[in-house]
Amino acid sequence: MNKVETKKGSVQEKGLEKETLLDIQNLKTYYPVKGGFLKRTVAHVKAVDDLSFQIKKGETLGLVGESGCGKSTTGRTILRLLKPTEGKILFEGKDITNISGSQLRKARKDFQMVFQDPYASLNPTQSVGDIVSEPLKNFKKMSKNELKEEVLDLLSRVGLPPEAYHKYGHEFSGGQRQRIGIARALALKPKLIIADEPVSALDVSVQSQVLNLLKELQGEFDLTYLFIAHDLSVVKHMSDRIGVMYLGNLVEIATNESLYAEPLHPYTQALISAIPETDPSKRKNRIVLQGDVPSPQNPPSGCPFHTRCPMAKEECSKIKPALKEVKPGHHVACILY
Amino acid sequence: MARQLSGQKETPLLEVKDLQTGFKIGKDYYNAVEKVSFKVDRSKIVGIVGESGCGKSVMSLSIMQLLPQGIGKVRGGEITFEGRNIEKLSEREMNKIRGKDISMIFQEPMTALNPVFTIGYQLNEVLLNHENINKKEARQKSIALLKSVGIPRPEKIVDEYPHQLSGGMRQRVMISMAIACQPKLLIADEPTTALDVTVQAQILELLKDIQKVNDMSIIMITHDLGVVSEICDEVIVMYAGKIVERTDVVKLFEEPKHPYTQLLMGAIPKMDEKKDVLDTIEGLVPSIKDMPQVGCRFANRCPKAMPECITVTPQLLEDDVDHEVACLLYENSKPLERVGGR
Repeated sequence: MNKVETKKGSVQEKGLEKETLLDIQNLKTYYPVKGGFLKRTVAHVKAVDDLSFQIKKGETLGLVGESGCGKSTTGRTILRLLKPTEGKILFEGKDITNISGSQLRKARKDFQMVFQDPYASLNPTQSVGDIVSEPLKNFKKMSKNELKEEVLDLLSRVGLPPEAYHKYGHEFSGGQRQRIGIARALALKPKLIIADEPVSALDVSVQSQVLNLLKELQGEFDLTYLFIAHDLSVVKHMSDRIGVMYLGNLVEIATNESLYAEPLHPYTQALISAIPETDPSKRKNRIVLQGDVPSPQNPPSGCPFHTRCPMAKEECSKIKPALKEVKPGHHVACILY
Repeated sequence: MARQLSGQKETPLLEVKDLQTGFKIGKDYYNAVEKVSFKVDRSKIVGIVGESGCGKSVMSLSIMQLLPQGIGKVRGGEITFEGRNIEKLSEREMNKIRGKDISMIFQEPMTALNPVFTIGYQLNEVLLNHENINKKEARQKSIALLKSVGIPRPEKIVDEYPHQLSGGMRQRVMISMAIACQPKLLIADEPTTALDVTVQAQILELLKDIQKVNDMSIIMITHDLGVVSEICDEVIVMYAGKIVERTDVVKLFEEPKHPYTQLLMGAIPKMDEKKDVLDTIEGLVPSIKDMPQVGCRFANRCPKAMPECITVTPQLLEDDVDHEVACLLYENSKPLERVGGR
């Protein structure tokens, strides 16, 4: 299945030429569970458990998985909004895992986030002009006029009229608010944008507007995206490579084409088969997974998926499979391979 | 999929005629649902799709007579269930129908279940209200119901509280409550929107099975065309409070006629095709207060709009066998017989 002819797809093939922008090594983020009389830490929720991947410059890496699989925690940890428990985050070769204070502040210029809920992520007491100029005020010395010009330019780039400058968040629809959020993220011309479910709160017709905009801006600003979503068809549309997460683990990572043409991990197969078919004449026999995702506080031994896996064998409960390269650029963590 | 071609032979289970439901803003009423007519035949799954604010949920609340009192009101039209006009029923008679003949499942199972009562208590409540059984029998039946919707260890779950269950399990509990009295019509308002894909697949399978076993009709309200194509027999597409297209599911996906339906389909990224730019629908749905009273409500966003679209209101007409569309592009269509009288 070497269907990597398109210009974008070739990023993976010629991977060596492209610089690595972000390198995640054995990242773990645990949330403590407090309990008992003295509110001591009694357990940990292993939200992200030993995650490793790289993102190349100019590429879009999609992260998919069901709720609670740790995809948002991954995004937040990379932005250092959360402190990783273990592991390393390298941004352009620089270790940002443990930096703090002014160093962290400076580094954050280069990575920004677009949030899921456009209703909650905009300050209701600030005008759009204030919201979008806030990052600029923080990092750049600009006169008032320059600032306003820059903000108006940003607004027009994301498809908002100049009148938006003096309006407030509540005066806009969901899609327009998401555009404001994108303009804010773009203000400092970051290198990496982490988009955490940017379209899941939007209607289909508006969703496609925002997706198109994100793609357009990627070329224009030379952006790298980490695109987090639960909707596989959206992720497929946006990404060059896709990582599938389950219970804090990366179970498969491959190029877009390779993953959908030949999903290897049983979880990926079930996930793809669960997407409703948009052609009623092709109603398929899907793999319906039984049960629910186990609690990340007490994950199953061995392979995290073995409790629901239709192909589980006895040893699956004992050995935790490591991610290994089965085909060029296609990694999977399953003992079947 | 053998469709009954004419509803004349038997009365449809539910018939909605020129329904107008309005909401009070200030002193005036504004219609969220404007002259909507459709019918649901026995043992059919009818999907109602549309984006937020198109009136799909308001319509289901009108059928259930659950509109917020003093704010929402059915202002015209008729809803007939098994030949009886629902509007004319007293609250007591309606209570007998609600939960027994027509029941409903909601989008958010977390808020639809009462957090302070056990699952068993809430299930018993439905059973004791509508059926002539005692508490012990009700408990037995509750356990059987939970088992039938695929809940493991039903004897234990029956004594647990909603917060102890996952989202998918809660939705299963909701479904078991809705089917407790074997309703003839189940209204499912976005039943899988809050769920993950793998769980959504489970719930859709379950709904399909239950529909077959109980031989009931389902009105499936959703914004997701994928869900529609998965389980529905017939589809109604709504835009800004009006029906713009109605047909069976295969035809809709093969040959969507209304420009809105066409754009809606082009806007979803598809798994089996690669497209660099998705279709978009420019602009926004007009707000309920300044909805155009004449002309097509989609005209301001429609790429195929003609000058007369603003002055002539398109009617829902049959353009093809069993394919109705409300658009001036299909003016040669024949008027619908069953709607009549307009």
